[in-house]
Amino acid sequence: MASVHAPSLGMAGVQPQFRVCPRSGLQFHRSAETLIKLNAVAAVVTLLVGGVLALLIVLTRWQAIHLIDADNFYLHLTAHGLDMLVAWIIFFEIAILYFCSSTLLRCRLATPRWAWLGLALMVIGTITFNVAIFSGNATVMMTSYVPMPAHPAFYLGLILFAVGALIGCFVFLGTLVVARAEKTYEGSIPLVTFGALTACIIAIYTIASGAIILIPTFLWSIGYITHIDPAMYRVIWWAFGHSSQQVNVSAHVAVWYAIAAIVFNAKPMSERVSRGAFFLYICFLQLAAAHHILADPAVGTEWKIFNTSYAMYLAVLASMIHGLTVPGAIEMAQREKGFTKGLFEWLRKAPWGNPVFSGMFMSLIGFGFLGGISGVMMGSEQLNMIIHNTIYVPGHFHATVVLGTTLAFMAITYFLLPTLFNREVILPGWAKWQPYVFGLGMGVFTLSMMGAGTLGVPRRHWDITFAGASLPYEFPGTALLMMAIVGVSGVIAVIGGAMYIIITVGTILFGKRLDAGTYTHTISPLRMPVQAALTGRGHEASFHAPGTFVLALVFLAAFVLYYFVNWKYLSTVWGLS
Amino acid sequence: MSAILPPGQRIWWKQPVDKVELIWIGIAFVWCMVLFFMMPYWHVFGNQNLSPETYRVKPELFSRATQEMVDKYTVRTETDEKIPVVAPPAGSDIYLIARLWSFWPILELEKGQSYRLHLSAMDYQHGFSLQPENINVQVLPGYQHVITIKPNRSGTYAIVCNEFCGIGHHRMVSRLYVK
Repeated sequence: MASVHAPSLGMAGVQPQFRVCPRSGLQFHRSAETLIKLNAVAAVVTLLVGGVLALLIVLTRWQAIHLIDADNFYLHLTAHGLDMLVAWIIFFEIAILYFCSSTLLRCRLATPRWAWLGLALMVIGTITFNVAIFSGNATVMMTSYVPMPAHPAFYLGLILFAVGALIGCFVFLGTLVVARAEKTYEGSIPLVTFGALTACIIAIYTIASGAIILIPTFLWSIGYITHIDPAMYRVIWWAFGHSSQQVNVSAHVAVWYAIAAIVFNAKPMSERVSRGAFFLYICFLQLAAAHHILADPAVGTEWKIFNTSYAMYLAVLASMIHGLTVPGAIEMAQREKGFTKGLFEWLRKAPWGNPVFSGMFMSLIGFGFLGGISGVMMGSEQLNMIIHNTIYVPGHFHATVVLGTTLAFMAITYFLLPTLFNREVILPGWAKWQPYVFGLGMGVFTLSMMGAGTLGVPRRHWDITFAGASLPYEFPGTALLMMAIVGVSGVIAVIGGAMYIIITVGTILFGKRLDAGTYTHTISPLRMPVQAALTGRGHEASFHAPGTFVLALVFLAAFVLYYFVNWKYLSTVWGLS
Repeated sequence: MSAILPPGQRIWWKQPVDKVELIWIGIAFVWCMVLFFMMPYWHVFGNQNLSPETYRVKPELFSRATQEMVDKYTVRTETDEKIPVVAPPAGSDIYLIARLWSFWPILELEKGQSYRLHLSAMDYQHGFSLQPENINVQVLPGYQHVITIKPNRSGTYAIVCNEFCGIGHHRMVSRLYVK
């Protein structure tokens, strides 16, 4: 393999910058490596904080236990939302962006000093909004709907965090430019990097929306602006709040492809289809911010229908494509290895004891069946009326963001620990079980939340028995039962999360050191195998993944059935026009 | 080449697409169109559509309109706080205030009759959640949302606030009667 000297680093006296991991063959640039590690560590720390809060919250909504008082419940819920949905996930995503650019393209990280500044701002921002919340001055929920006021430090912390994340996005883009200019790879960027690029583009749109609404709201909180319109706030805030979840979707789909490649050496079924699907995300995914506005006044029906459907469900189409092509790629790779018996031998003989795979596969199934289908229900203009602001909503987004994104990130961690941190994973028995404990706990948790939401249980509510209210309402016993199941399964998921934190932190601190490879001045660029570059053989059009196709049809059947059940239910409620 | 490496073919976009993918894309696309057209279809043939009729309104004015309705049609009061129970005539404009931390007044409606329900919030954002029907609508301060409702079952209903509105949020619950 050809080697070239990195132009700026070849001079004498400069520290060697590149190492090749002897286990994975991946090449790490020193700055990128350090920053990926630190972002991942910051992510896990915030996951720990958010996880402790999750336990307190879930034990409170389980009415039989009702652990903490109302003040603290709402305070902890605000912090849980931001520490998990913003801090944990975005820290990890910045790590993924650097990995997908610098590491996968074998390139130096562009402007590492800026990357450090970005990380510093994100850390300072996280501390700032946490201090504002825990001092009791910002119990406004993650959404901080005006005119309910929060301490200025709350908005300021979010703005600082967003600026830091934006810097991370531009470092990623800069690294792509450097890699192209310095010819560290040939042809097009890898599919996984393309997915990360999708996430990055959506992130920039997201952060811009956040700036447009959070900066005026900050100015309002310190008295420079007298009025923020609540309807406008909701529309723009959700262009930030919902789109940031779309960053997560793109990022975890990229991680699915990466894991299929790492564990099975799977090729994408077709580059064209998978990249086309990512491109649909870039074009249409952000429109779904309208999901949150469907039960609102002040917005027209046509606006709602066009936006909530991502312009005729083209982003749903994209997700349904990824949902087929990721397992399809795995099936093809497995069949090539000889697991060809029947429809599902490839799946039965998959490495279910390897948490990298099992976590990823549960993420895929959970995101599709639970998160995806429920998301389309809530996003249908009329069906939204029987779901809006019930606990069905957190049921849905825990299926997408926790079962989907968080579990995918957990899965890739088990790959990064030996390659990036050069440590052997401690407690391998725990690691084997962790995705199952977390995934199954979370699966039951989200399903029972959706069940309770269908029975009308509100989200963000301390006491659904309405003790002390003059005109209390009694929810059906099934609703309370559902909330008890939410409690039990939530505790199981928290245990799964705790196992993850113990394994990762323990591995980084105490895991057996592995050979890291030596740092050198040279980078080995990615070169195409000569034969492939000359002849270029794709698989001829055929029916290569029948098992996956059957699974996809099962998914579709569940989708169609549940969709029309909801319309049937809607048709029985009061007439509304 | 695997997904973490550059595509093995330079001209990857000419690679043939597997039939599994093509058929699935076709099926998924058709399903997406069904998902889309269900919404306009329901606007034409369905009976449950959220009206977009909205006006900007000052809280005082909305409060005054509500007071006028209460003065005219109160039939009794309930609870220690003497919340008026209002029975306006079928087909009329009815008003419901959401504020920290109550709904006001209590409405008493007739089954099978239509009413124009006006919703607005006095202070923060609130949620109108009719139980056990499970109809949920966002209520914003400064906006008056007009929804035509037609109760199809008689009984005692609850209105629960399902938008977080501060420390008394979980006590913000009221009634609605349908005769």
